[in-house]
This record gives sequence, C-alpha cells and structure tokens, in this order.
Amino acid sequence: MPLDLVVNVTIAGVLTGMVYGLMALGLSVIFGVVRVVNFAHGEMMTIAMYAAVSLFAAFQLDPFLAAIPVAAGFFVLGYLLQAGLINPFITRPEHSQFMLMVAVAIIMVNGMLIAFGPDARNVQIAYQLESWEIGKILLDKPRVYAALMAAATSAALFLFFKLSLTGKAIRACADNHLGALVVGLNVKHLYALTFGLGAACVAVAGCMMILFLDVTPSLGPSYTLLAFIIVIVGGLGSLTGALLGGVLIGLSEALAGLFIQPSAKSMFCYGLLILVLLFRPQGLLGKKS
Amino acid sequence: MLKVDAISKSFRGLKAVSSASFEVPQGAIVALIGPNGAGKTTCFNMIAGVFAPDSGRIIFQENEIQDKRPDQVCVAGIGRTFQIVKPFAGLSVLDNVMVGALLREKSASSARALALGVLKKLKLEEKKDYPASALTLPDRKRLEVARALATRPKLLLLDEVMAGLRPTETDLMVEVFRDLNRTDGLTILLIEHVMRAVMALAQKVVVLHHGEIIASGAPAEVVRHPAVLECYLGEETEV
Amino acid sequence: MKQKVLLLVLFAVLLIFPKVVNPYLLSVGTLILYLAYTGQAWNVMMGFAGQLSLGHSLYVGVGAYAAAAIFVHYGIGPWAGVWLAIAVCVAIGAAIGFLAFRFGISGVYFALLTIAFAEFTRIGFDHLNWTGGSGGLFLKVAQRDQIDLANFRGPPEMYYYSILILVFAALVLCNYLLKSKAGYYWQAIRENEEAAQALGINTFRWKMLAVVISSAMTAVSGVFFAFYYNNLFPEQIFHISRSIEIILAPIIGGVGTLFGPILGAVVLTVLSDSITELLAYFGWEIPGIKQVFYGIVLLLVIMFLPHGIWPPLARKLGLAK
Repeated sequence: MPLDLVVNVTIAGVLTGMVYGLMALGLSVIFGVVRVVNFAHGEMMTIAMYAAVSLFAAFQLDPFLAAIPVAAGFFVLGYLLQAGLINPFITRPEHSQFMLMVAVAIIMVNGMLIAFGPDARNVQIAYQLESWEIGKILLDKPRVYAALMAAATSAALFLFFKLSLTGKAIRACADNHLGALVVGLNVKHLYALTFGLGAACVAVAGCMMILFLDVTPSLGPSYTLLAFIIVIVGGLGSLTGALLGGVLIGLSEALAGLFIQPSAKSMFCYGLLILVLLFRPQGLLGKKS
Repeated sequence: MLKVDAISKSFRGLKAVSSASFEVPQGAIVALIGPNGAGKTTCFNMIAGVFAPDSGRIIFQENEIQDKRPDQVCVAGIGRTFQIVKPFAGLSVLDNVMVGALLREKSASSARALALGVLKKLKLEEKKDYPASALTLPDRKRLEVARALATRPKLLLLDEVMAGLRPTETDLMVEVFRDLNRTDGLTILLIEHVMRAVMALAQKVVVLHHGEIIASGAPAEVVRHPAVLECYLGEETEV
Repeated sequence: MKQKVLLLVLFAVLLIFPKVVNPYLLSVGTLILYLAYTGQAWNVMMGFAGQLSLGHSLYVGVGAYAAAAIFVHYGIGPWAGVWLAIAVCVAIGAAIGFLAFRFGISGVYFALLTIAFAEFTRIGFDHLNWTGGSGGLFLKVAQRDQIDLANFRGPPEMYYYSILILVFAALVLCNYLLKSKAGYYWQAIRENEEAAQALGINTFRWKMLAVVISSAMTAVSGVFFAFYYNNLFPEQIFHISRSIEIILAPIIGGVGTLFGPILGAVVLTVLSDSITELLAYFGWEIPGIKQVFYGIVLLLVIMFLPHGIWPPLARKLGLAK
C-alpha cells in the first residue's frame, strides 16, 4: 500500500469528518439540550442538500453562498418544528418522542422522493474537481473549503454558547430544566431556538456535503444513524466531542474503505457504536450521567 | 431478626453512614429517626439491597444479605416501601398488589385472593379496580404498603410512610401497623419524622446523626437523651 | 362474553375471506396478517417488557435466511428449518438482551443498539457468499396448484391460512402470557423497574424472557417470509425501513394490547391501499405517497392517540374492563 495513498485518504477522511462533525454538532446541540432524539436529523441534512441543488439549478448559486439562505430557512423551520410539534412531547415517555421523530423522518424521506424522484442529483461547479498538490499529497479543493466552512460554523456556535446571554441561558436549560423554569427562563422559546440552531448547522453541513456527494432521498436514514454514532462516540453533551467524533468517524470510514472492503466501512461504524454503547456510553468526552 | 453490623457507606468521598450498628428483634417495631441527611434512607437502601455497604455486614435471620440484590432481599423475606411512592400507575390497585402476591403464590387466582385479603386489611378493597394513578396520596401510601405486604415479608421496611398524611390518616395507619404486628407478628423497621407515629408505634428507637448512631433505646428515654436533643434542637447556649 | 362473540365473528370472516376475494386482495390480506403477526411478536418485547427494539428486521432476516439456506443447500424442509431459525434468533436475541441489560442500556440507547446490530448484520450478509451475498438467495418456486406441505409450497390460499393460524396462535399465546405471572411481572417492570425489584422480581431474567419469546416468534415470521416470497436480499430484509414497518402496526393499533397489532395492520394497509387506489384512479401514480401516508397516520396517532386506536375503540364497543 503506497504511503501517499494512505496519507491522501487520511486527509480526505479528516476533512470529510469535519463536515460530519458539523452535522453531528447540530444533533448534539438538539439532543444535549432539548433531550429529543432527533431521528429525522439525516433527513434534514438531505433536504438541505436538495435545497442547495435546487438553488444551484435555478440561480447557479454556489453552495457556499446558498448555505446562508438555506441555514436561515432551516433555522426558522427548526424553530417552528420544535415550538409547534415537539414541545408538547417533552414530558411524554421517551419512546413516544422517538416515534414522533420517526414519523417526521418517514414523511420527509418520502416527501423528497415525491418531489425530486429517486435519481441522484448533484451540483457541478468548476472547482469541484480541482485539487492542490503538495508533493505527492493531493488536497481536494471542495473538501478543504467545506472543512473550513464547517470549522467556521462550529466556532461561531461555540462562541455563541460561551459568550452570549442567550447561549448561556440555553446551557442552563440543558443543565437543569426545572431550575431554568424557576429562574424565569422562557424554556419553550429557548428549546425552539436551540432546535433552530441545530437545524441551521445541519443545513450548512448539507450544503457542504453536496460538493462531494450525490444526493438521493435514501441518504437520510444512513446519515441519521451516522450522526448518532458520532454523537455517542464523541460523547453526549459535549460539543467538542461531536466534532472530534465526526473527524474520528470520517477518518475510520476512509481508512476502513481503504484497508477492508469499501462496502464494509459502515459495518465498522456500527461495530464501534455497539462497543461504545456497551463499554463507554458516555463517549470519549461526554459527562457520565 | 435483623442485625446491622458496623455498616458504612461513602458517596464520592462524603461519608453518608459511618459504622452504624443496631438490631431489630423479632416481632418488634423499631423506629429509625434523625435529622434530614442523617443517613436513614441510605441505611434502608443497604438493607434492601439497592447498594452494598462499603464495609460491615447485614445479617437477616442468620444469613448475611449485604451483597444481595433487591429482589433477592425480598425473596429472603424483607419487604420495603419507598419514600417517594412508586405505584404501577397504569395498573389497577388490585393488579398492583397482585404483582407483590405473585412472589409467593403460584397461580394468578390464589394471588388474587391474597391480594384482596391484603387490600381489605389496608381498607382499600373498595378501590381495587381504580387505576393506581387515580389514587390520592394517602391511598397511594397504603397501596405501597399493601403491595409490600403481599410478598408475605417477615420484616417490613417503611420509609417515611406517614409523610404528608393528616393526623387522622396517620392514626389509621398506626392502627394498621399495630394490628399487623400484634396479630401477624410482623416485624417493622420504620424511618419516620412524624413523632406522633414514632411514639405511638415504636418499642425501640434508634437515632442517626451525620451517619452515626448517637442513641438507641426505649422511646421515652431516647427523646430525653441530651445528644438527641442537641442534634434536633442545637446546643444549649448560655443567655 | 361480548369479546368472545366478536372474536368468533372475526375468525369466521377471516376464514371465508379467501373464497370471496380476487388474488390481489388475497395477497393484501396475507400481507396484513403477516404484519399483524410480526407486530404481535415485537409487541411482546415492547408492549409487555417496555424495551423499544428498532432492529427487529434482524430476527426476520436471520430466521428467513437460516431456514432458506438449509433448504437451498441441503434440501431440509421448513418444518425442521424453523427450529434452526428459532434457535439462531433466540441466541442472538439473548446475546443482545444480555449485553444490554447487564450494561444497563435502556430507552433510546437500547433502541440505537438494536439498530446497530441490524445494520451490522445487513452489511455482513451482503458479504456472506453462502447465503448468496448481496445478489440474494432464491428458493425454487414449485407448482402453485399443488400443496406440498412438507416443503411449505402451494397455492396462495395455503399461505393465507397458514399465517392466519399463526396470528391466532400468537393471540392465544399473548393472551395467556398477559394473564399469567409473566404478564403481571412484565407490566410491573415496564411501569417501574425499581419498584418491581423491591417486590422480588428478578428484572433481568424476566426482560430476557420477553426478548427470547419475541425473537423466537419473529424467527417464525422470517421463515414464513422466506417460503412465501421465495427471494431474500440483505438490503431489503434487514433494512431499517423493514424494522419501522414492523412497529407501525402495533404502535398505531396500541402497544401492549392484545388486538392492537392486528387492528393497526388492518387500518394501515386498508387505508393506505385505498388512498393509493384512489390516487391511481385520478391518474396520480406517485411512488412514495403510501409511505408519506404511513408517516402522517403515525404522526397523528402519536399526537392524539398515544395509546393507539384499540383502547378508545374497545371502550366505545364496551369491551374494556
């Protein structure tokens, strides 16, 4: 196995992993704060990918630019979804919430099937096939740009939670629901805000993914599972964990595809999930509950 | 019947119970009292098998039970109620008690008969078909006791079962326990804050403070014990 | 009394069903009964013991492949094959249950664990050449007009009546279980595991029992699937949408109830097929519309009838206690 191949695959894996990390970040934020298992997470990203495709088809809009309106739109929709549909379910038993999002996911996947058909769609941009060469090392331009965008979005989110008052309020809700209510925080609004933010992250991640992946409606469920694997491996309640988990999964997926059979690479991820659930359910960086 | 021998328990460095020893003689009613945070429920949880003591032994009827699981402890003959009642909300009152009865009874029909008998003792038989979620707090407490009784325990652990009850309800419960103790020979260990019930029921009182036993004996003596007065009321200061 | 009469009427209707309908409706009826049976099997784990399994396609698939593989490779008929299927599925179910319960995994994490196992197996079977890999495993479709009971081949009516018998057997079994010690103990564990333990219930053992029974019943469903559809593909049979399909009927009908899964299967299939027919009548052939409909029904049921359709229906019919 030539070294430069391994290195290139590794780099590609890490870069893709950063986008995975952004997607998982959205889920971690939602799951960590609102405690709702967003089983429609992958489907949401798939919708974002379709949005990017549509905007490109209509206006030749580069996905990086499209990310802005798509993220804004997703923020609003996410807010409405939480406020309108999910909020009443906070107090319901876990499996009820789970099934609610399963239902939403089913509607989303098949809605996309009806709207866009089963064929794969993608965007074609000039720089998609370009790469920088540093010696024998190839850096795909779209992957590097996407990773930078993912990093920037994550940083923005981090800063929001760390520095802004609303961000702190949201963290308070996550730490102690009852306590937050007692001190007068509008928890319902903050939950909806959080869902909106998580959805916006997913939207940006989706706009990035379309650069190196064709989109079909069936992408949704596999990315939902991937997001969960990342969040659990990285650690629930840890935003850094989600990013770290994303990079780790991106990397292991790439390497597994190289050394084992490509089709077996997701098998590795599921195996990892099983091991983590059994032996270290709080993940790498999560807090033990 | 029950001998607690120098049990200790720490939680992340905080010593909740420190080398506590006491005995519950067969057929007696013993009360475990002490200020909040004294370690009473921790003791109960160790006896009931929820967690094992860090050191020490718990001996029930000549057998060591400190390492047993909660279900094994129940099978051995110790029943318990919870401080915050845990009814099976989706089941009827009768079904709740039947779950307990099925431990010793082989068939559903004999379990039902046992359950009805227990409900009658606790004066709940009229509400036997109510969903457990529809009961008032006093009734839920009685259901909790009925359920534990249906497992035919030799020792019953009651965790603050009088909390939240009005004086008349408290007296009713006291009567039920006195009755069970007198006629069925049921041994009872109870955690209580309601002194009315403690004085009426207990033949022996054990006082716990900061995880340590500070007094033990007949109710009248213990209540006058200086260490006990100090832990409840504080030190006497010269004015 | 009323319940028994209704049951007999239902049984009678189901008995004469194949005689009065066309082949398409017969296949729909068979599908409904298949979903009802599999849903009932899943119900034992979820409704009775409170463990949400979202990877039940694992047992259908493994059961199907086990019986089909030895039929194709060794000519061993399904009546022996079903025991192998049950044995393998019980072993897998027990392993998953053991791992989950010993390590204290429940709720959402348990559900994710079951999904992971199903997905892991799906990809595994894609690479398993002995069972045909991703290309699939095919059973020889014999003459459809002769009944070869030993190899479980025959006309569609035979399959219909077989699954009907399975559904009723499942009903009888679940009814017995619910009224027995197991039923009470499972409900206690589902309602409050800590309180159940304090009453002497070894919750680990009883949860394992539910998992074992559920996986065994589902294995039989898989064997039926193999010999009815005659072709197995890992991508299809282990797919997560299969798992979701299995749970739709019980959730819509009523988790933990006796008739929930059957009612759910009927409602779901009848309504969705009617909608598809209606739309086709107007010239709208839309792939995916049926699933969107499933999703909407599921959403509405979860929002407004969280315990399923059966409990309020039973009350209206005066059948509830």
